[in-house]
Amino acid sequence: MIQLFAFYLFATIVIASAAMVIFARNPVHSVMWLILAFFNAAGLMLLAGAEFIAMLLVIVYVGAVAVLFLFVVMMLDIDFAELRAGFVRYLPLGALVAIILAAELVFAVGAWSAGGVDLASRAAPVVSDKSNIQQIGELLYTRYIFLFEAAGIVLLVAMIGAIVLTHRTRGGVRAQNIAKQNRRRPEDATRLVDPGVGQGMEL
Amino acid sequence: MISVGHYLAVSAVLFTLGVLGIFINRKNIIVILMAIELILLAVNINLVAFSAALGDLVGQVFSMFVLTVAAGEAAIGLAILVIYFRGRGTIAVDDANRMKG
Repeated sequence: MIQLFAFYLFATIVIASAAMVIFARNPVHSVMWLILAFFNAAGLMLLAGAEFIAMLLVIVYVGAVAVLFLFVVMMLDIDFAELRAGFVRYLPLGALVAIILAAELVFAVGAWSAGGVDLASRAAPVVSDKSNIQQIGELLYTRYIFLFEAAGIVLLVAMIGAIVLTHRTRGGVRAQNIAKQNRRRPEDATRLVDPGVGQGMEL
Repeated sequence: MISVGHYLAVSAVLFTLGVLGIFINRKNIIVILMAIELILLAVNINLVAFSAALGDLVGQVFSMFVLTVAAGEAAIGLAILVIYFRGRGTIAVDDANRMKG
């Protein structure tokens, strides 16, 4: 009973905040609603017994992705009112596509629950005497180790790509160049002059 | 009792809201990226729900990979957005026709 109540609470909030993400006027508010949606989706996953994924959702999405969005939204000086133009114009088409998509999804769920789809064997059955994290770890580091490493490479490429894309060297800045300083020799930098008495010297 | 159908309904609504968000915020690419995150979240909920219903852990493992790709996609997308804004002074996607593709 309490589970059902918690499910409906989380589900209602996640759907309402998802609606607010796409309807909010200010993108900063959109990011805040997105964070709320992620928290409640993590609650839904906890109810399903996926503790590790729920924690990962909070850490990765709320801690990294949403903060990244927030930084970008607040650092760029954007005229959001101008971007709102066409909101009403695209609403009917978008609503039409959304309704068709929702009908298709409901149809698919109905067809699935009517029976017929039944997996013959489980790829990795849940063992009841181990915790969720331990089971996922054992699966991840043995059978899916190459996929895990491929995911690491994806993250590495994304990181390098983001740095390469946004890094820029500013002109007109007097930055210290240590290699150039170390290469400098006394004979290149100084010269010995011996002016006669009463004569000036030209520099 | 909560069945897998409940989870499927929630994720279907989330997915639809994400697609609707892409359509109605056509000019604001930041909100489009957020709508894509919502779609991926719906996919994750689906994977976890089926994983719990079928008693199979593979769904949760793949949900992790989806999460990885979503994080990478957000990072690259926002980086492209920043350099686009630096060059053009706006992020309206309707103006993104420089390559005439």
